[in-house]
Parts: sequence; C-alpha cells; structure tokens
Amino acid sequence: MSDATNNGPVLSADGMPLKRSLAKALRREKLRALMLIAPLLIFVLVTFIAPIADMLFRSVENNIVEDTLPQTVVALKKWDSKSGSVPDEPVFTALAADLKVAVEAKTHTKLGSRLNYEMTGISSLLRKTGRRVDKWDLEKDAPFKEKFVDVDKDWADPEVWAVIKVFSSKYTSGYFLNAVDLQKTPSGIEPRDEDQRIYITLFMRTIFMSLTIMFSCILLGYPIAFLLANLRPKTSNLLLILVLLPFWTSLLVRTSAWKVLLQQQGVINDILVWIGLVDDGNRLIMINNQFGTIVAMTHILLPFMILPLYSVMQTIPVTYVRAAKSLGATNWTAFWRVYFPQSVPGIGAGCILVFILSIGYYITPELVGGTKGVFISNRIAYHISSSLNWGLGAALGAILLAAVLILYWAYDKIVGIDNVKLG
Amino acid sequence: MKDANNEQGFVVFDHVQKSYDGEVLVVKDLNLSIGRGEFLTMLGPSGSGKTTCLMMLAGFETATHGDILLGGKPINNIPPHKRGIGMVFQNYALFPHMTIAENLSFPLEVRKMGKSERDQKVQRALDMVQMGSFGSRRPGQLSGGQQQRVALARALVFEPELVLMDEPLGALDKQLREHMQFEIKRISDDLGITVVYVTHDQTEALTMSDRVAVFDDGRIQQLAPPDQLYEAPENSFVAQFIGENNTMEGVVKEIKNGVALVQLDGGDLIDAKPINVSKAGDRTRVSIRPERVEYNRDRLHKDAHTLKAEVLEFIYMGDIFRTRLRVGKNEDFIVKTRNAPDQVRLKPGQQIEIGWLPEDCRALDA
Repeated sequence: MSDATNNGPVLSADGMPLKRSLAKALRREKLRALMLIAPLLIFVLVTFIAPIADMLFRSVENNIVEDTLPQTVVALKKWDSKSGSVPDEPVFTALAADLKVAVEAKTHTKLGSRLNYEMTGISSLLRKTGRRVDKWDLEKDAPFKEKFVDVDKDWADPEVWAVIKVFSSKYTSGYFLNAVDLQKTPSGIEPRDEDQRIYITLFMRTIFMSLTIMFSCILLGYPIAFLLANLRPKTSNLLLILVLLPFWTSLLVRTSAWKVLLQQQGVINDILVWIGLVDDGNRLIMINNQFGTIVAMTHILLPFMILPLYSVMQTIPVTYVRAAKSLGATNWTAFWRVYFPQSVPGIGAGCILVFILSIGYYITPELVGGTKGVFISNRIAYHISSSLNWGLGAALGAILLAAVLILYWAYDKIVGIDNVKLG
Repeated sequence: MKDANNEQGFVVFDHVQKSYDGEVLVVKDLNLSIGRGEFLTMLGPSGSGKTTCLMMLAGFETATHGDILLGGKPINNIPPHKRGIGMVFQNYALFPHMTIAENLSFPLEVRKMGKSERDQKVQRALDMVQMGSFGSRRPGQLSGGQQQRVALARALVFEPELVLMDEPLGALDKQLREHMQFEIKRISDDLGITVVYVTHDQTEALTMSDRVAVFDDGRIQQLAPPDQLYEAPENSFVAQFIGENNTMEGVVKEIKNGVALVQLDGGDLIDAKPINVSKAGDRTRVSIRPERVEYNRDRLHKDAHTLKAEVLEFIYMGDIFRTRLRVGKNEDFIVKTRNAPDQVRLKPGQQIEIGWLPEDCRALDA
C-alpha cells in the first residue's frame, strides 16, 4: 500500500482516487450552495448581465446595411471606392430593387439614420429617394442611374457610395473609432474634423475631474475620519450621523442646493459682494463649469471616502502611536511613519469607491456642469436617449468600462487589492 | 532592592492624583519612590489604577494633581517623546508595516543616528534577545513569544535608563510566560536599567521584582519586597490577593505577649499575630497560608489552640498535596503539604485537628 501511495495518485479506502472521492463528497454541498444563490444569479443574469452584454454588442454590430440593401452590397463589391467615379448601372438597379423592398417595410429610414452618423445628409437623401422609388417599376423604368441622380444629385457623389460600401460589413469598428475621435473612410482610418473631436477631450476631462474629486475627498475626509476614529464612541456616533446625513437626502435636492449656493445671484456670491470681497458687477462664476461639478460631487461622494477610512482607522490601536512616541518620535513622525501607513488600506478603498463612482457619474454634472463641466457619461446618455446613436453610446460605454477595469488592474499591481479594506 | 533607599529616588510620584471624569479619583494620593536600577512591579486587579500610573509616567496621561519626578526633575510638562523612557506594551505594538529591523531602527532614526551605528545597535539588541536572525521578518510572521522578545529589544535599543512594561507577558501561554519572566529579569539585571512593571499576575510579580507595590482602589496597599509581601501582608486585601490564603472572621478576645486570642464567629478560639488590631473587641479577619497549617498534633505547641476539621477532598498534585477541609462552616479551607515519604495522605471523611504557630496566622483588618 505504501508503494502505491508513493507512486500513484492517493487512493481512498475503496480504491477510488482520493481526489475524485473528495469531489464526489463535496458535489452535494456545491449543488446546495448553487441552489441557494440561483434566484439571485438568474435575476442578475437576466436583468443586468444580459442587457449589458447586448448593449456592448451594439458597439460593433452593423447588420443594418446588409439587411436593408442586400443586392446593392453584393453589387458594390466590384466597385472600387478609390476610383473617384460613380458605380455602374447594375449597382443602381440593385439599389432600386433593395429600396423598393425597404420602403415597403419602412426600414430605409432606419438605414438613413444609421448612415447619417457617418455622413450627414444621407438620411434625407434616402427618405427623398424612398418616396420616388416607390412609384418606379423595376422592369420598365430601367436604367436607374439617371433617375437616381435626377432625384438627388448626391447619388452622383462617389463619397456617398463609398460610405455605403465601407459600412456594408456585418461588424464595424466605426463606433469605436468615432468614440476616440477617428473615423473610417474609404481611404482608411482618419482623424475626424477638428470641430467634431470631442470624445478624447471628454474622456480626459472625466478622468482628470474624477481624480480631482478623489483628492479633494481625501483631503477633506481624512481629518474627519481621524477625528471620528479617535473620539469617544458617543460623540463619534453623533458625528457619524452627520456624515451619513447626505445619504438620506435626495441627490437632486443636494445638487439643487449647490445651485442655490453657487450661482451668480446665489448665497455665496451675495455674501462676498456684501462684505466687499467681490465687485457686484463682477460676481464669481462658480456653477455650470468644472468648479461647480467638482464642488458638488466632492460633497456628494465624501461619505464614500470617510466611511472606509473611518472603519480602517478604528482598527488601528492607539498603542501604535503611543509606542512610536515612547520611542522618541514627535507627533508628526508618529503620525506619518506609523499611523498613516496603516491607514493606507482605507485610503485605497475610499479612492476606488470615489473614483469609480465619479467616473460614471451622470446626474450632478448634468445639473451643475454646464458645457465645460460635463462628463463622458452625459454624452453617453445623450446618445442613448436623444440622438439614438446607440452604437456610439455603447462604444463610449465599453471604453469607459475598459478604462475602469484597467485602472483597477493597475491599482492592484501598484497598491495590491488585498490592501483595500472596508473595515 | 538595590538602592531604593536613596533619599531621592530615580522615579518619584509625589502626591499624585488622577481623575478622568472629574468625579472619581482613579489614583488617590500616590507617593512612591523608585530607586535607580530597581525592578518595581505594580500589581493589582484591573481598575486598581496601576496602568494609569504607568501611563502618567510614560506621559500618555497627565496627572490631575501632584508631581512626577524623573532623575530629580518634574516631567509633568515634558511630552512622551522627550522623556526617553522605553516602553513594552501589552500587545507589543510592533509596527506591522515595518520589518523587525526597521522596528528596532525606528527609535534610533528619530534620534538622527547614522546608518552604520544604527545597524550595529539593532543587531546587538536582537542578539541580546536571541532574535538575531529575524531582522528581515515582519511582526506578523513571528510567534507571540518572538514578538515579545522583539518588543523588549525595541524598548531597550535606544538605551533608556527607565523601561516601563505594561502586562507584557499577558498574551503568552504559561510555559513561555515563565521562561520570559527569567529572560526579562536577566536582561534588566545585566543592563542595570530601572524597570517599572505592571501586571495582575502575582506569580510574575513575586518572581521578578525587587519590590512590589500592590494597588487597589487607587492606592498602594502595600509596598514591599516579594517575601515580605507574601509572608507579612499588612492588610486583608494584600493577604487575599497575594498567594492562596485561608481567612476566618472573628473578634479579638485579648492581646497578650504579642499574641492575640481571637474568637471566631463559630465560637472556636485561635491564636494569631496582631497586625491591624489593637485592643480586645476589635473585629478581625485572620489569615493563614495553606502551607503553614499543621495537622500533626506532635509538631504543635502543647498550649496551642486547635480547630476540628473534616477532610472533604484530597488532591494529589505531584510536588504537593492539596487538602480541602471543612472548618466550622467554611468548606474551602485549604491545606498544602509537601510530598515527602513520611507525609500522611489524608482521606475524605477523616476527622482531624488543625493548628499553627501564632506568628503564621495574622489578625488583619476586618
């Protein structure tokens, strides 16, 4: 037996490999555990994971051109978009046939809005053409090239055709390219026109402002948490309620309160004017810009910094600082060399919470951000609910998600995620 | 007690009082003089004020009234980090984010000592506690006993003249604790440092100290070398607190030739040495150590008063026998006898007579 155990896998009493035997014994327990989480798991899958996956999929999906204009797409394959000339008659014939079907199903307007993201004017072009194509007869009215150009001379523009050809594939990187201020053209990937480049700026601004908010939260929250952790429990509980108070107030109310405080005819400006620090004609602009967003969001996210800091600081025994002092360290050295390093896990947890919350924050920048203080999330919301360019919205969202994951990964590499403590 | 009899002690508490809430005094009028090189233990139950005294000495609490002097100078207004007092904490308080060597090097760094000198001193201190090869470990990787050694080394590495220890062995198991008691004693003797040691463990106090100050209710109940404390407790609290003890209550009948005749509440008469009683009629609590009780009639003085007792339990403990007796209504009267070849082993149910030398039985305050 001892030979067998040395040379082969360890066997259980009935001769089955021990590993298999163990797995069998644990299977029932695992199943039970799975059953217990099943309702939540299914709920999350159906209502959260699946919609997100679907949404992210939209950032690359591009079936619409091929579905609406199947014959045209085939016919366009022979056409060289770099030739500078309009495609030949067969393409126009195919387009007429496709459009006839599409108009019947009313899908040509959808195609119009999709292609309009890539080139303005295509939407109205397709609408206009759709109305006419409906009256044509595919047999008798050929050839169509002249007729299309008659309807709108844009059909004689090779660029229109180029756009249709470039976006005729089932999947496209076009949304992602747009999301980083690039565009897909027949001649390859190019930067967008200067007046249309907004997303890189928005991403940079979102990250920069989130970092600013995070650091403001550390600066304001650390002393509070320190005080809370070192007071008598009775007093600190009272103060903790004050910290939590904002949680119990509606986000909208708090944000609106900042509007009242910060606007040009607002409380702060009034006081500054009254004590003569600011000239009446020269009131400070503190809202509808980045300053307003940073102030309001720091206030809103501050509890998320204070709470993890507080719970970590509570676990740091007072004896460490005392030991440091007894060893000859001044108050500052004892704090900086002994107390602070032990509170770093709390800072880490607070930073992750505040940063990730703020990078995707929507409502506050929307209300107090004006044009200069909005985040990428506001743009995503715009594409989802106003411009209905879901593909671009999804691409922006995917990039944001990736950015957060990368930052999280970087944090893990640099600080170590084990160093994050919520209490 | 080395030179505790200096007219001015190295550490002096002069009428020190401490209150946290302005209503209750935690330390009541403490006067204590500790000699240079002395090992003094503050012993007492929790809440007796001993730790508060230590914290006042270390500078983490301020005295409400009175002066604390160190080397003749009042230190009430000197912040802890300028007092130069080494301290070992109850849970060691080793900085978890630093290695052992960094922990030891910390007090030297804040004293702006050069690197090579630092390394040398750190190594010497670690060698002294036999932890020389552990410098690069972190506190979390050490066992309790090893952490304890490091904490000791850290408190000593900057060569303070006075080291305070706040129940440093409280978290260790019995065997390790006993070992560390000797270790601490040896090191403190070798270095000639003054140690103020706080504990609630009387064995620790008795084995290590030059003098022990027994605290209760914010006062020093007795300040004496261990043997005196054990053999000559000055009041019933100390008698109860130090070692095992049998107590009986009664009234003094008469005091003659330095021997008090005490009538116990059960009616029996016994002889005792008057300590806190002055005249006939005083209520008293007499105390007798279990190992001083004699049940061999031949070894007692022929006039000695004896008590009837019934053996309830006989426990064999190896080196000693421990016998529980019923004496009057007291069912917890303990007698300890050495395990010797000629020693009688009592049996439960046996009726015996017990007595003692009058000087072993002390008539204390009631």
